[in-house]
Amino acid sequence: MIPELGHFALVVALLVALVQASVPMWGAARNDMALMAVARPAAMLTAALVAFAFGCLAYAFVTSDFSVLNVAEHSYSTLPTRYKFAATWGSHEGSLLLWVLMLSGWACAVAIASRNLPEAFAARVLAVMGFIAAGFLMFLLFTSNPFARLLPAALEGSDLNPLLQDPGMVVHPPMLYMGYVGFSVAFAFAIAALIGGRLDASWARWSRPWTTLAWCFLTIGIALGSAWAYYTLGWGGWWFWDPVENASFMPWLVGTALIHSLAVTEKRGTFRSWTVLLAIVAFSLSLLGTFLVRSGVLTSVHAFATDPARGVYVLAFLVVVVGGSLALFAWRAGAVGGGASFAPLSRESMLLANNILLVVAMASVLLGTLYPLILDTFDAGKISVGPPYFQAVFVPAMAPLVFLMGLGPVAAWRKAELPALWIRVRWAFGVALVTALLLPLTLGSYRPLVAFALFLALWVATSTVAMVVQRLRGAPQRGLAAKLRANSAAWYGMLVAHVGIAVFIVGVTMVRSYEVERDVRMDIDQAVRVGDYDFTFRGVVPAPGPNYKALVGTIDVSRNGRLVRTLHPQKRVFDASGQTMTEAAIATRIRGDLYVSLGEPVAENGAWGVRVYIKPFVDWIWVGAFIMALGGFIAIGDRRYRIAVKARVAALAARAAA
Amino acid sequence: MTPRQRRFGLIAAGLVALGVAATLVLSAFRSNLVFFFSPSQVLAHEAPQGRAFRIGGMVVDHSLKREPGSLTVRFDVTDTVHTVPVTYTGLLPDLFKEGKGVVAQGSLGGDGTFHATEVLAKHDENYMPPDAAKAVKEAREGMTMQSVETKSMQGSP
Repeated sequence: MIPELGHFALVVALLVALVQASVPMWGAARNDMALMAVARPAAMLTAALVAFAFGCLAYAFVTSDFSVLNVAEHSYSTLPTRYKFAATWGSHEGSLLLWVLMLSGWACAVAIASRNLPEAFAARVLAVMGFIAAGFLMFLLFTSNPFARLLPAALEGSDLNPLLQDPGMVVHPPMLYMGYVGFSVAFAFAIAALIGGRLDASWARWSRPWTTLAWCFLTIGIALGSAWAYYTLGWGGWWFWDPVENASFMPWLVGTALIHSLAVTEKRGTFRSWTVLLAIVAFSLSLLGTFLVRSGVLTSVHAFATDPARGVYVLAFLVVVVGGSLALFAWRAGAVGGGASFAPLSRESMLLANNILLVVAMASVLLGTLYPLILDTFDAGKISVGPPYFQAVFVPAMAPLVFLMGLGPVAAWRKAELPALWIRVRWAFGVALVTALLLPLTLGSYRPLVAFALFLALWVATSTVAMVVQRLRGAPQRGLAAKLRANSAAWYGMLVAHVGIAVFIVGVTMVRSYEVERDVRMDIDQAVRVGDYDFTFRGVVPAPGPNYKALVGTIDVSRNGRLVRTLHPQKRVFDASGQTMTEAAIATRIRGDLYVSLGEPVAENGAWGVRVYIKPFVDWIWVGAFIMALGGFIAIGDRRYRIAVKARVAALAARAAA
Repeated sequence: MTPRQRRFGLIAAGLVALGVAATLVLSAFRSNLVFFFSPSQVLAHEAPQGRAFRIGGMVVDHSLKREPGSLTVRFDVTDTVHTVPVTYTGLLPDLFKEGKGVVAQGSLGGDGTFHATEVLAKHDENYMPPDAAKAVKEAREGMTMQSVETKSMQGSP
């Protein structure tokens, strides 16, 4: 009964979303307040219905209702409850339902927080979001019903893919989708502005917190996915340039560009049409990612059962949304207009360079991701594009970008003078350069590239410190607290996010340059030295698990003869599928990880193949990403976004009264 | 400089920068493409010597041999028509099994053995790497039904 209620709620949600997509849009065109007023309750109702449907599916999973096909295929009676719940989005249908839940949730948030926006604008924004929600609800209902029944009911489920039975499964997909789908808000704002022909600083100010919020969630989602892959795939990589990873990374790159170009549009009124284009592209890439992952053109842990009808539907929807919005852009961008001019050396020009570099990086990732798929589709040969390509193009594009991060925030708007700029950053530059040249001497082998990368990271950090010091010195307030309070949250947020990049770069540089990976054959009580550490293998014993049987290894790690840590990597064989899973054992310290995972038994006498890795500073990668997201959250807290809106409302009220 | 000249200069500089970026990206792209070949193609000398490529097919039953005292393994990869021997030193992924699909990256030695540097881990027990599936399908299509039947009869115990 409950699955049927969920299904029914989805059908009603589709009807409401169709109303949300059409009536307010028509009302905005005719300037009819009554019709526009439909937008908010419709958006909230859609969200409530979708949430109800999602709850029904989650209930079916948690209670192991194997008469629902989706549950029977992706759950198991002895699966721990948290994974039963997470299995709700462990299937194609369920993850699409999560997608729609996030989308309608964002629309509901916009409906609640948009009371201060002009009525026609809010109506159009919500209508666009309703249109997208309707598209995906139709996709769900017509090709991927999550509530389809299985008759007769299965006695036992066929279990969730063992790789997904991990705490990462509980948090990574919701966070990632929250970010992915969150760009729909920026997209809807852009489309609404194009239709309304109104695109000014206040538009950028409304759009900014939403875009930054989505970006924060996307950053966290990608970082969680990366950390999960690192500890669960058992071979210690943190990024594989896998097409599915790229699918989430491309919207991130364009979203980052969008955040920066929105800043210019808000402060200076420039880059308007470019900003709109980026908003469209960011969400289009989210849709493209959904297409790539959900259509079955890719095979990976993220791709579920393939069905050509699904691929065709998503592709058609992609063409309608992307093509339609680009056509609208081409038609209306002229009306949006340019903005104030700026000199070749100015904060604007540096932010423009930032945007170009990010878009070039995105385009090269797109090429490497799509080209093999296109060749394959036309049967023109099978190729793959590996990590060396992505590293070869990505690093050269990012290096100048990171260098500009130290200069851009101190450069003046409109026109910067080189001597003045130099005076402001010379100390930061000198300190970063000298430290970066000396630091690798303490790390063993000296490598120029390591020094260069560390210079970039240090430069971001030292220029940030210099910026804060100069800001505080120049402030007219008395007392440090008053001086600190004089700066906006947005400014602090930017600094924190930039420092996150610096931390991230340190992590990537150190782990890529100084990691040690040894795949070794180990007899019982045999020791192997990796780096400064001795790893001694103590054998493998069986141990029970809830829905698997484990083999647990014991490896003692000692340094200079003193035992540092005992690690217990596991090999798990799952009851339902018979599938084997490697569970790495990781000792995390600030300076990096000791990483051990079991390969396979290689001889009758208890010898195993074992992976023994030392990953210096690897955790800085994810900590850096979280610091970036933290910076974003701080920036959203800026009073300006609220005050500006209130001031506008007051002005409107005054005009109405006059 | 007049504003017009300045604008022209900026646009020209932008185009040059974009051209350089595109050239670098495309050359990196070309030198990092990895092509895929089936065992039949390898035996027909279609695969390059001395350049890395990928090979895919099924691991022949009972062909997996370990060299004692090391992590080196040998196994045969077949598209059901032709077979190529593969050596690999390292740990095999969890889903590597005899009789299942596999894709390996590496290069061809002078003796016709494929030296794998990487054996690709796939994520699902029942999943056949599409490359491997395709190699098997195409190789079979190249044969008469008669020989397929003979082959499958030989394969069953």
